[in-house]
Amino acid sequence: MREWFYSHYLEFLHDFNQSFIEDDRWLYIVKGLGITITVAVGALILGVIFGVIVAVIRSAHDQRKHKKTKDLGYYLLGILDFICKVYLTVIRGTPMMVQLLIMYFVIFASSTNTTMVAILAFGINSGAYVAEIIRGGIMSIDAGQMEAGRSLGLNYIKTMRYIIIPQAIKNILPALGNEMITLLKDTSLVTVIGLKDMVKGALIIQGRTYQAFLPLVSVAIIYLILVIILSKLLTLLERRLRESDRR
Amino acid sequence: MIDVKGLKKSFGNHDVLKGIDEHIYKGEKVVVIGPSGSGKSTFLRCLNLLEEPTEGTITFEGNDITAPKADIDAIRRKMGMVFQQFNLFPHLSVKENIKLAPVKLGIMTNSEADAKAMELLKRVGLPDKADAFPKQLSGGQQQRIAIARALAMNPDVMLFDEPTSALDPEMVGEVLQLMKQLADEGMTMVVVTHEMGFAREVATRVLFMDDGVIAEQNEPKEFFANPKNQRLKEFLSKVL
Repeated sequence: MREWFYSHYLEFLHDFNQSFIEDDRWLYIVKGLGITITVAVGALILGVIFGVIVAVIRSAHDQRKHKKTKDLGYYLLGILDFICKVYLTVIRGTPMMVQLLIMYFVIFASSTNTTMVAILAFGINSGAYVAEIIRGGIMSIDAGQMEAGRSLGLNYIKTMRYIIIPQAIKNILPALGNEMITLLKDTSLVTVIGLKDMVKGALIIQGRTYQAFLPLVSVAIIYLILVIILSKLLTLLERRLRESDRR
Repeated sequence: MIDVKGLKKSFGNHDVLKGIDEHIYKGEKVVVIGPSGSGKSTFLRCLNLLEEPTEGTITFEGNDITAPKADIDAIRRKMGMVFQQFNLFPHLSVKENIKLAPVKLGIMTNSEADAKAMELLKRVGLPDKADAFPKQLSGGQQQRIAIARALAMNPDVMLFDEPTSALDPEMVGEVLQLMKQLADEGMTMVVVTHEMGFAREVATRVLFMDDGVIAEQNEPKEFFANPKNQRLKEFLSKVL
């Protein structure tokens, strides 16, 4: 029995050595982690910016639809709303991987900055989902809040910014957290455009050593840890934002 | 101060206001009463364009606010509004609720607004609630904060949309008391309410709305003692 354990222990040590220590192969994973985080954070910021803009345009259009005065602003809003709808339909209706490939091989075929292309592709994708989440949050706020803000002389944008959005964010944080987690994990797709993220790192190690188990499992564990940290941060943020709900 | 001409408002095929001509003078305390669905809240909400009139014009301090080019945000700064459901901002403390508009509109600096907020909180009798959140307050307290918030913009007229209808009976008094105090200080007020006692005591003029028109109006004594309109007689016999 002891010998059995011992031989397996030696085997593990050998595999570990070969997968990570020899030729400093662990660097593939660590550098890949850097790429994964860069793409995820960049795309997240971009996604939230796109999401807020699209959500505000769509809500503004919905709220103005019944107004009788049809001035220039009304038509402008109509055009913007139409563009937003096309954006949502196309992005949500096509696979992320296809979008990534089109961005890399068609739209930015001449670009050498693969990381930027990946951030842009994921940001645009995430923005569509974030937009609908935020729009849901905006709709969940009582109409009286908008009226109260407007009655004080704040304009639409200021009322949105200081009154509606802060409350909406609080309501949508769980859904937004979900989207962030999905985004973080989906960045593993960048492998298809040749970006050396964690998954690509693991595949490279596998190619060199014929070892699949350790590189892939360690990548899975790193993703898991990242997601757990993210969830914890979101829980903390949620608790902080809920302070005003105490009775 | 506020001049209303031929005001009509319909929601789809439903005509809520069927032509209202009215003038509200500076310093007046106009109380609007009437049965549910008579259009009194809609009338009030048209005055600061929370509802967009279908027809007619509203002039406030010489500016046609129904004109397409009117800067409605600037006009609303001079018209305070108090809602039935208070509509305080739940994510902000009481003091921040009051300070938000003056500071974000660049009318006051942060410290000026701070001083103004504390002064207003003293005036509405809630100086110790400055750092509380709206949900921690009773309905009556919330409505008093809402009045303070509207006053922070130094409005020329205050519009009250059934300010006591969502309150527990025991809290109605404190809000009416504050409104009375405001009236005594000379504020121009338009109040939609079901509080006949308040109308009798504070109003300089009472309007009775029925079916989208102002069916009768008078100074309060005569209004309650000698109603002429048949619908008003029925209405008063039910509520008094």
